[in-house]
Amino acid sequence: MQPFDGAFAQAFQLMVSADPALMQIVGLSLQVSLSAVVIACAIGMPLGAALAVLRFPGRRVISLFVSAAMGLPPVVVGLALYMAFSQAGPLAVLDLLYTPAAMIVAQTVLVTPIVAALTRSAVAGLMEEFDETLRALRASRGQRIATLLWEARPALLTAALAGLGRAFAEVGAVMIVGGNINHVTRVMTTSIALETSKGALELALALGIILLILSLAINAAAMGLRPRPLGLAYAK
Amino acid sequence: MPNRSRVIPFPGVEAELPPILRVEGLGLSRGGRRVLDEVELSLPPYGITVLMGPNGAGKSLLLRCMAGLVEPDRGAVFTALGAAPAALVFQSPVLLNRSVAGNLRHALRLARIPRRARAERLDDLLMLAGLGDQATAPARTLSGGEQQRLAIVRALAAAPKLLLLDEPTSSLDPAATAEIERLIARTADDGVKVVLVTHDRAQAERMAEDVAFLHGGQVREHGAARSFFGQPASAEARAYLEGRLFV
Ligand SMILES: Nc1ncnc2c1ncn2[C@@H]1O[C@H](COP(=O)(O)OP(=O)(O)OP(=O)(O)O)[C@@H](O)[C@H]1O
Ligand SMILES: [Mg+2]
Repeated sequence: MQPFDGAFAQAFQLMVSADPALMQIVGLSLQVSLSAVVIACAIGMPLGAALAVLRFPGRRVISLFVSAAMGLPPVVVGLALYMAFSQAGPLAVLDLLYTPAAMIVAQTVLVTPIVAALTRSAVAGLMEEFDETLRALRASRGQRIATLLWEARPALLTAALAGLGRAFAEVGAVMIVGGNINHVTRVMTTSIALETSKGALELALALGIILLILSLAINAAAMGLRPRPLGLAYAK
Repeated sequence: MPNRSRVIPFPGVEAELPPILRVEGLGLSRGGRRVLDEVELSLPPYGITVLMGPNGAGKSLLLRCMAGLVEPDRGAVFTALGAAPAALVFQSPVLLNRSVAGNLRHALRLARIPRRARAERLDDLLMLAGLGDQATAPARTLSGGEQQRLAIVRALAAAPKLLLLDEPTSSLDPAATAEIERLIARTADDGVKVVLVTHDRAQAERMAEDVAFLHGGQVREHGAARSFFGQPASAEARAYLEGRLFV
């Protein structure tokens, strides 16, 4: 166990000394994943609410695809975007390959279906409960959607967190479209993969621990935001 | 052709006033069954009309049709309500996951009450419901009776001329029932037409000016309360009042 103990000690050393290389990687990770989640929420929440509330042709098919897309393998998304962004690809003009922007796009594609599907199911459930009441109170369609989204806010928070978890954890997509270039597109998960494959466990461990701490901190903050449950099993 | 000539006599004193709401030849099918069938009903413009009838008679669906929430398959509902539509309080009202005042503020917003008038209206409604002290309490922590009062004043937020109440006291104790009845009576005194669905004969006798009896999706009789309870015209109403009506 000797090398592991050493690795732990060095990992804590890196963290305590706020090692610049480490901080850069953590900073880029946060920037990429948080941007992706914000964009995914901006697209996914209205989309999910619309799928729950509006009746239009193709609604069920779209819902099915959105649900299915929750399980998209990151490497497949990475590959598809790589082909789109590469020189021969249709999006080559954007010149995004191997940039943080490409990584944000990739994670947005991965996170949006999660946010949309969780929003849809939460709003659909509330709709069963509230829709007739809201119509009896003469709410317009827009007012009904707004009320349902507001009533669904604990579930929306959960959806955003689930999306953030997915974004933080995935390696495949950012690795392929970002290229894991030092100081440019290297994030926590891609560094861990690289350092581990090189046998440099201390940086990998430090990053792993930071990833866990960040995840805990974000979820704890979210828990503080959540309204206290009333402890009522019925809603009469 | 369905028979449309059946005339339901209009109850007593207000006979000369035009009805506030008229249901004509109303038919509605649900689950492959006709649950409302050629319903004819005219509501006098004032006072409390009680709607009675056994479970499954179609009372709740008829209220939904009157409120315009359900489109009938046949026939129509005519109202003299203009821009102020009927308000409906459901058999089990659903309150938003907000405070008591939050629920009322939301309803005032939906009713398009101008912003500067809302605070005063809110206070009025809280007073009317007797919930002034609980304005900041989460609505879902209220007792059943308090929730029912909140649901009623929430429906009054839009200042409706017609209030439809679906069994508002069915799960309440006598004291809570009395409070709801006071609230309903006050609302009717303020000039709001009230339709009250109830299975409680004593309540119906206390509250009703006129009674309509619904059975098998049809209005079997509609008349002044006194004559309905004294001498029901239909055999079904008699059986219902005596507790021997089985559907
Ligand atoms: N969505 C639906 N699908 C099938 N049947 C329905 C539906 N809604 C109502 N019904 C039927 O319509 C009939 C009338 O229902 P309604 O709720 O109006 O009865 P009610 O007179 O209010 O009874 P209660 O006194 O028990 O409240 C019932 O037999 C009910 O089963
Ligand atoms: Mg009913």
